[in-house]
Amino acid sequence: MFWIIQSAVSQGILWGIMALGVYITFRVLNFADLTVDGSFTLGGALSALMVLNGVDPLLAILFATIGGMAAGLCTGVLNTKLRIPGLLASILTQIALYSINLRVMGSPNISLLRIDTLFTRVRDLGFPDRWVTLALALVFTVAVIALMYWFFGTEIGSAIRATGDNPRMIRALGVHTDTTTILALVLGNGLVALSGGLIAQQQGYSDIGMGTGAIVIGLAAIIIGEVLFFKSTFYLRLTGVIVGAVVYRIVIALVLRVGLRSTDMKLFTAILVALALYLPTLRSHARQFDLRRRGRHA
Amino acid sequence: MLDLININKTFYPGTPNENHVLHDLSLHLDNGDFVTVIGGNGAGKSTMLNIISGQFFPESGQVTIDGQDVTWLPEHKRAVYLGRVFQDPMQGTAGDMGIDENLALAARRGKRRGLSWGIGKAERDLYRETLRGFGLGLEGRLSTKVRLLSGGQRQALTLLMATLLKPSILLLDEHTAALDPKTGAKVLELTRQLIEEHRLTTLMITHNMREAIQYGNRLIMMHAGRIILDIRGKEKQNLTVEDLLHQFERASGTVLDNDRMLLS
Repeated sequence: MFWIIQSAVSQGILWGIMALGVYITFRVLNFADLTVDGSFTLGGALSALMVLNGVDPLLAILFATIGGMAAGLCTGVLNTKLRIPGLLASILTQIALYSINLRVMGSPNISLLRIDTLFTRVRDLGFPDRWVTLALALVFTVAVIALMYWFFGTEIGSAIRATGDNPRMIRALGVHTDTTTILALVLGNGLVALSGGLIAQQQGYSDIGMGTGAIVIGLAAIIIGEVLFFKSTFYLRLTGVIVGAVVYRIVIALVLRVGLRSTDMKLFTAILVALALYLPTLRSHARQFDLRRRGRHA
Repeated sequence: MLDLININKTFYPGTPNENHVLHDLSLHLDNGDFVTVIGGNGAGKSTMLNIISGQFFPESGQVTIDGQDVTWLPEHKRAVYLGRVFQDPMQGTAGDMGIDENLALAARRGKRRGLSWGIGKAERDLYRETLRGFGLGLEGRLSTKVRLLSGGQRQALTLLMATLLKPSILLLDEHTAALDPKTGAKVLELTRQLIEEHRLTTLMITHNMREAIQYGNRLIMMHAGRIILDIRGKEKQNLTVEDLLHQFERASGTVLDNDRMLLS
């Protein structure tokens, strides 16, 4: 049981990096970006392809990230320059990426069996086998959170936050919101692809369907994190996203043990996110109901 | 200094809803002018302000600020010249950011933003002092999220933000209209103080005739996309609401149709 949880935690942290990318677009920029499903797979595809062809695994991760950033750029340009609504622009990129990802991989999946990856390398350094994933996941996550914390405190980062909050106001203060929108989408999808690249190397294969539903998992992680870390500092909220992703993975691991199939998980996740998104409405309904009842007895 | 020269603006051109909002509109503001703008519904007041701020471009005509032709300059590039306060108190500030962060965003209006900190420690102290002089009781709540402030406080903060860097022109678009009368009066008084203190060139749209007469050194009245009255100096000081209504009827040939204006 311990190892099942430990593995779920490791997986959760790796997927948490993807959720941090979603946090940038969904929460900071206030943009429902469905590019994620495609850019996650793109990250996995690029990472697996390059490792397979003998590129250094770390460099492969870097290129995966850059690939994701390009996908974000595409959505950003469609949205700001071609004036296509955000949701639609990101769906277009996502569907285009399906073809691109198949082209990149050359087949629906790439196996990295007996190929050197970042994870096997660290293991070969003498690191205990069962702790490799957790250790690497933590290193990357801490670095990503530190960078995000720094970046969103800078002038450009503040301008991006203001763009998500009140675009009209920040334009009046001299910020080109097209640029900040594109930048946020680039960074968000870069992180998503980074996560995809890491996961492909960790599990030892990439698959055309590996990103399907990633956006929903990202949302689930964000929302669980927000419930657990209600109203706190930016640093804690970012940590909350990772914790949310971990909790999500643990729940999935437990549900699987109860006897649901892994293919049921998308349905399970969708219901979970729908319920979580309903929570604020439920709260206000409950309050109204309470007020009405008290009014009747007064 | 501001110049609008023969500005024309039409909405939905070539459609049945075509609406010629501004007709050969020309206006010159001297440095230090505080101009109040009144007019009926659809007179073109807000459109004029939006043409100045670059929210949209005119079909013909020219806009110059401080002698620079800005007619085709996009909104975010024009921000360097302009301080703006909107009618809706929610529009002028970022609700999920702190008071200090909002001020820091305003302190960088029209400047290049880089990777240095969005707000520094010395900066925060400066804002605390500035707010103390403001007397709104906000100096102790620097990191409070702006969404927790009242409409009046938000509007006062927006005013402070608009004037934090001295703008060439301050544009006020009915900025007290959404507030209750008492709060509105306070914000208006604050406006007057800031304008006097920094000698700001100001264009203030209002729907309240008494305010339009009481404040500023010059009053213009718009009707159907044209400036039909331009009253300044001594003449403005002696103006009454009745005078203004008579002058309006004479100049426009109609009765004033701004219901909010008549009620106030």
